[in-house]
Amino acid sequence: MKTFWSRFLGNPRVYLGLIWLGLLLAVAIAANVLAPTDPFAIVGKPMAAPGGEFWLGTDSLGRNVLAGLIHGSRATLLIAVLATLFAVAFGTFIGAVAGYHGGLIDNVLMRFTEFFQTIPSFLFAIVLIAVLSPSALNLVVAIATVSWPPIARVVRGEVLTVKSREFVQAAVVAGQGDAAILIKQVLPNTLSPLIVTGSLLIATAILVESALSFLGLGAPNLMSWGFMIGAGRSFMREAWWLVTVPGVAILLTVLAINLVGEGLNDALNPRLADL
Amino acid sequence: MKSGSLGSYIARRLLQTIPVILGVVVVNFLLLQLAPGDLATVLAGEAGGAPKEYIDQLRARFGQDQPVYIQLFNYMRNLLVLDLGYSFRQSAPVLDLLLARLWPTLLLMGSTLVVSLGLGILMGLLAALWVRTWKDHVISVAAIIVYATPLFWVGLMLVLVFSIWLDWLPTSGMENVVAFHEGWDRVVDIARHLVLPTVTLSLFYLALYARLMRASMLEQRGLDYVTTARAKGQSDRKITTRHVFRNALLPVVTMAGVQTGGLLGGSVVVEAIFAWPGLGQLAFQSLFARDYNLLLGIFFMSAVLVVIVNLTVDVIYVFLDPRIRIG
Repeated sequence: MKTFWSRFLGNPRVYLGLIWLGLLLAVAIAANVLAPTDPFAIVGKPMAAPGGEFWLGTDSLGRNVLAGLIHGSRATLLIAVLATLFAVAFGTFIGAVAGYHGGLIDNVLMRFTEFFQTIPSFLFAIVLIAVLSPSALNLVVAIATVSWPPIARVVRGEVLTVKSREFVQAAVVAGQGDAAILIKQVLPNTLSPLIVTGSLLIATAILVESALSFLGLGAPNLMSWGFMIGAGRSFMREAWWLVTVPGVAILLTVLAINLVGEGLNDALNPRLADL
Repeated sequence: MKSGSLGSYIARRLLQTIPVILGVVVVNFLLLQLAPGDLATVLAGEAGGAPKEYIDQLRARFGQDQPVYIQLFNYMRNLLVLDLGYSFRQSAPVLDLLLARLWPTLLLMGSTLVVSLGLGILMGLLAALWVRTWKDHVISVAAIIVYATPLFWVGLMLVLVFSIWLDWLPTSGMENVVAFHEGWDRVVDIARHLVLPTVTLSLFYLALYARLMRASMLEQRGLDYVTTARAKGQSDRKITTRHVFRNALLPVVTMAGVQTGGLLGGSVVVEAIFAWPGLGQLAFQSLFARDYNLLLGIFFMSAVLVVIVNLTVDVIYVFLDPRIRIG
């Protein structure tokens, strides 16, 4: 039986994903060093083609596209990761309580979860931001609000199978409280599906964030990839790169996260890896 | 299954939808309360400002001076008779606006459903039949890439290539209104306008269904009943078409039902890109006009639509899979 790490890193797709994500993370952290000027600043003549003074050209106002891309990676990743963390925290709480208590509490919490799964989630995110007004925090809140249900279901399912195992019964006999059993005994055993679902959720969060920013509902003072595409949209005829370049960045990032997430899944559940 | 139990099954499922609809109504009401500026201030603003007494008078007329729970009760009573309020931006009742925009969205969703399910199932089936050959790899890698592509970006790229560079298809709208096409010409005109929005909205779901269908086929193929059928001497072709394919379809049908809400969300983006005159574009417009009555009306209508589709899928499921009927 191979170990987790050899299965995970022995997968070429995971390598490709990790390389891109590592690069992106470095760029996001060093954004102010790599592109010291404000990405909203006008630095050259408008719509300069890529390959000249500016590697990826300038937009309709003469802003540097490469600088936008670099700073956009920071905004996009930050919002997506924060939203996912909130969603994982809330989803884990709901799922754990529902699965551990069972009965009426489980029933009510699961109806609550199903409700959030039934309503059209992207439309709900739009409505939330429209009412709360666009800002980075509200973006995080809206994305988290529409993405926690899968986490709750996964955690509940795992808790249900784990809670009847002997080591949990032993903890009950030893006199541990409910909260202690849940946190110390049950939850650590639900980690592997949680990690897989959570990592794939970051990809969805990036897609939702960029779609919202594209529609003009993004954080007003943050340069993000979706915003760049939305702003370049009217100038597609004259400047194709304004829309193409940030789109490729989103595509590669989401692809990389999906590859790593699926690699994690295959490595953590080796029996399913053949499917 | 005894006759009539299908009826009672549908009735039970209908009852289960009531809490969901009620939930949406309550969420809608709370969001309206949260939204900046109430109806009275909006009206006063439209009139170019008004004294406070007049605004108070307006509030009393709309029942906004009453306690919140009575307002909620009134709101529910109005929704029960499908009174979704009035859009002061568009000067029309919200329901009329929604009904006028419903058909283009249903047309777009319908064509998307046909394209994504049809091609997705076909691609998944082929990939499973060709498993671990280069053809399977091509389909699987294409599906993984499409699955990661933002919807709005696909739409813009298609416009760039097929409308701007090649000039084959129209960039926006549902029909060429100045051409005054009639009869068959009009159908062709609408179909030409429908191509790019449908492809844009379909691609993601096509990839999703293809991947699911492939996994589902491979899973079914390893089950005991296939071994039994093979032991009985049935041909591979018959096993695939009669047994494996049918059973493998079930998760895909379930997923298609689950995705209705996502499809509606996607149509907001697609309609905004292609100026498709449906609910999504209306939502996009109401967003920037700060027309909360209209926006929340669209949200309510969409949620009801999702509930109806889920119900329909569940009923279809009973016909597809007799084992469910006991449920």
